[in-house]
Formats: sequence, C-alpha cells, structure tokens
Amino acid sequence: MADNVFIAFQNNAEAQPIIEAILEDNPAAVANESPGMVKIDCPGRLVVRRETVEEKMGRDFDLQEMHINLISLGGNIDEDDDEFVIAWNT
Amino acid sequence: MAKAKRLGLKERYSLMTRGLDWETTYQPMDEVFPYDKYEGIKIIDWDKWEDPFRLTMESYWKYQSEKERKLYAILDAFQQNNGQLNISDARYMNAVKLWLQGITPLEYAAHRGFAHAGRAFRGAGARVACQMQSIDELRHAQTQLHAFSHYNKFFNGMHGFAHLRDRAWYLSIPKSFFEDAMSAGPFEFVTSISFAFEYVLTNLLFMPFVSGAAYNGDMATTTFGFSAQSDESRHMTLGLEVVKFMLEQHEDNVPIVQAWLDKWFWRGYRLLGLVGTMMDYMLPKKVMSWKEAWEIYWEENGIALFHDLSRYGIRLPKYHEVATKEKTRVTHELWATLYQYGNALGLHTWVPEDEELDWMSEKYGDLFDTMYRPRLLFLREQEQAGNRYFNNRLPMVCQVCQIPVFYTEPDDPQKQCVRIVEWADTKHHCCSDGCADIFNREPEKFVQSLIPPQQIYRGDAGGARDIFEYAEWLHLKKDIDTGEYNGSPDHQNWEAWQSQQPTPQANSDEAA
Repeated sequence: MADNVFIAFQNNAEAQPIIEAILEDNPAAVANESPGMVKIDCPGRLVVRRETVEEKMGRDFDLQEMHINLISLGGNIDEDDDEFVIAWNT
Repeated sequence: MAKAKRLGLKERYSLMTRGLDWETTYQPMDEVFPYDKYEGIKIIDWDKWEDPFRLTMESYWKYQSEKERKLYAILDAFQQNNGQLNISDARYMNAVKLWLQGITPLEYAAHRGFAHAGRAFRGAGARVACQMQSIDELRHAQTQLHAFSHYNKFFNGMHGFAHLRDRAWYLSIPKSFFEDAMSAGPFEFVTSISFAFEYVLTNLLFMPFVSGAAYNGDMATTTFGFSAQSDESRHMTLGLEVVKFMLEQHEDNVPIVQAWLDKWFWRGYRLLGLVGTMMDYMLPKKVMSWKEAWEIYWEENGIALFHDLSRYGIRLPKYHEVATKEKTRVTHELWATLYQYGNALGLHTWVPEDEELDWMSEKYGDLFDTMYRPRLLFLREQEQAGNRYFNNRLPMVCQVCQIPVFYTEPDDPQKQCVRIVEWADTKHHCCSDGCADIFNREPEKFVQSLIPPQQIYRGDAGGARDIFEYAEWLHLKKDIDTGEYNGSPDHQNWEAWQSQQPTPQANSDEAA
C-alpha cells in the first residue's frame, strides 16, 4: 500500500467544514483526533477541493484561507485555485 | 454568477516572484552573492525554484495578520480569566519553562538565520520564501514571549531566559544546534532547519506536545503553538522544495545533500530528546508517549518522505535505526539526568506519581519495569526520607550535541555509550556513533565548540567554584528556581490557589 500523506487542522468550528469536505472527497482518508487537533491520514494522495469546502461552508472560500487553521502536513504539495493536492510520487 | 476576471494562483505567484531581481553589472554576481557556491551545490536554473503554496507577499500579510488577530484575542481572554489556574498541575509549568528557555531563543535564531540565507541566495523565489520565514520566526519568538509573560507573574524560573540562554549548560544543547546551522553555508542552513528539523522532526514538537498542552489546559501555549505550526507547514514545504530543487539541479549535489541529511537527522533527533522528555515526564496528563510519537511521525511519516526522495538516489539517514532502537529509553535516561543535575536547572524536577508510572509501564513495557521504574521508586524513597539525590557536579557533555554523555549502547541499555574522537593530538568525547561521525567529518569546526562544564570549571562562569555559585551566576535562586518540585514555592502556591477555588473549574478541559 502507498505511504500515507497527512494534513492536520486545529479542531475548531472554522476548520470543521474543511475536514468534512476532505473526508467526503477522499474515501480512503481517516481522521484521527487528539486534544485540540485533527490529523487526517490518507494513502498516497489527498485532495482538498474548493467547491466541496464552499458547499459545506455555505460561502466562497479561497483555498489559501486554510493557512489560518492548518497545523501541519506531509507530502508533496500542488496547489491551484480549485484544488490543493498532497501526494507522494513513489 | 459573473465573477470579475482575475489572475489564477499560478500566474499571480509567477508575477509576484519572478523578474524582481536583476543581473548586476557594476559588480559580478559572484561578488554580490559570495556564499551560494562554496558549499559545492550546483544550480543551473534558479527559476526552477517553485513555492508549492504559491504564497505571494500580499496574501502572506493578509493571512498572517488574521492569525495574529486570532491569537491575541485568545491571549487577552486567557489573561483576563486567570488562565494560569486552568492548567492540570503546576508541574506542567516546567515544560513551559523549558520551552521558553530552550525553544523560544531558537525561534529568534531562525529569524536571523533565514534573513541571512535570504540575502545569500541569488534566486528570487528562494529569497522571497526565506524572507517570509524570517518574519515568521520573529513572530514565533514574540508570540511565545507574550504568551509566557503572563505565566512569569505566577511561576518561578521564567525571569531571565535571555541571560540563561548564553550561560546555562543545558541550554547549550539547543543553542549549539542552531549555531552549527547558522555558521554553515546557506544551502546547508536551509537543509538543516527547513528540511531535517522542520519537515522531518518538528511535527514531534508542535503536534503531540502542543496537543498535550491543550490536554493540560494551557490555552496560551496551545494557541501560539498551533498558530506557529501553521507557518511551520509552509516552512516544511520550503524545506522539501529546497532539497528537491538541489537534487534536481545537478547529480553532483546528491552526495552533499545526503551527508547533510545524515548529519542533521542525528542532530535534530538528539535535540528532540528534550521534547520527548517534556511529553513523557512533564505533562501531568499524558496524550501520547515519545515512543508512539516516534512511530507515527518518524517511522510512518518520516520514512514515507525518504521513500519519496529515493528516486533521486537519497537513502534513509544514517543511524535512523539506532534512533528507533532508543525510542523505549531515551526519555527515561534524559529525565534521570535532568533530575540529578536539578541544582543547576532553571526548572524543577520530580519523580512522577504512581499512575504516571503505570502509564509508562503500559507504554514502554518490560524495559521500563525492569530498569527505570525501580530507579524512580528508589529516588522517591530517598526524597521522602529527606535525602533527595542531587549530583552537585557538572556532567561531561558530548562535543557535538552537548548532551551529557550518559546515553546507553544501542544494543545494551545497561552500558554507557562513549565514543572518543581525536583530532590534532586532542581527544574529545561524543555520546554516540552519530555524533562521532559528525565530529570526524568537520573536526576543525567541532573542536571549537564551547563546552559549558569545561568553561565553568575553568572559572569562566563568573569565577563560580561550585554548582551553587554557578546557579547564582545564572540568576537562579536555590530551591526557588532550581531543585525539587515537591515543596517548592511553585508547588506551595499552586496548592494554595487550588484550595481557594470556589468550585472546580467548569471549563478546565476546554481546548483552544
């Protein structure tokens, strides 16, 4: 199985729709909660889709707003206006 | 819905980071940028540098100011509501003291280091990224000092972090780490700090430890910790990017980068022993053991990263298997050392309570029960009999990592690990094969290390003749700032404050 990539957010109301969107768009993703934070692990590749986040939030969302509640991540990043992708190339 | 036509993220980034620089004509470029070639790294095309976050200065200011507004609103609420009373136990504060004394000065050192690296690189993309990081690091130092300043009103040992930083023997561990990086060339600096330290290892500090701070009711540390780590994810990305950039630019760069990864993995790992000890011993309410954190953040996430780099011919860092072997003992060995040298520390040490020892048994198994629990119980017995053990001398420290030479052989937890290295007719002591290799690769550098116990015994610590005079020179008051926790003023104050609480705090487990 491919190595996991991960992304972690502060466990707060602002990050909740982002987390929900990620879990919806990445069926293999698993959310692990610990105090104050949520770490999402996913084999090989994980995508954050702007549209899905906007649906959950009910407002426009700029993917770079993620920086405010982002804690950490692991993997190569490719970002444009619609998608933020974390992946291993192996 | 008609949207105003605007540039896409990739175009914006390109416009804001390219063509900002120029080829100098009055002076040759090599004179203007004298430091980005001597390390042997060959760069063919600086424009291949890409920040994957594609953050422009404009968005950087926007998001950073929003982070700051959030953070300071929480710090205000924390101060106004006597947040210091909501922590799990006053023993917890000693982790905060170690952070203030050992980690906050590193943030400031990183600020200086990245300002220097940003000036040294001739590629504009790299310079923009270093500039942002330099500003981030200054922000981290400042927000930490602001957050901790509230605790300083209520707890001892937090009054003189800057004075301590240059004088305390145990703080030369983090200090020498950064000074080694800052005195290297710009590519090694960025590899050491952004990649080896931030990408591979700081998740262990900012994720499980800060989560632990949340669990222990420390709203201030949780908030600045996660706020800092959101910058850190950008730094980690810069670290990975700089490594990939060097590896893609020229095949001759591969062995140079590999040697740096070997060196800085080991140095970072040694430094993080302190964080592991904070997690296992200084958090009264435990979230995750050092062993578990090592398994998640190194054995799973860190190794995945190296698998990804293997396509460039990069292998796992040397001695990573030793670090993994040591995961069941490193924190127990380090705590025993801090405990015994407690008269020369700006924080308190203690023997954990029974339920904490049970937690350690559960997490660490047989080795803990056979080797470390009996020792801790013996120390507790001695303390209760009025015979609290202190080693009132100073330890021999490793010439490279500056941690006391007390760790054990990778395959024998009962045998002290010492490596003697020689250079120009002098002998030096190292704590491990990892540190000995680092010494042997750059002996001219490491023979110059200022080793605090040697300086102190030479009389260079204000002429102190023993450990107590040395502590005074550190501006540490005996048994107030130093020594045993039980019965200390911090302990007594805490008990008094708790007994005055009208009711148990309703929201004491509230995270940030």
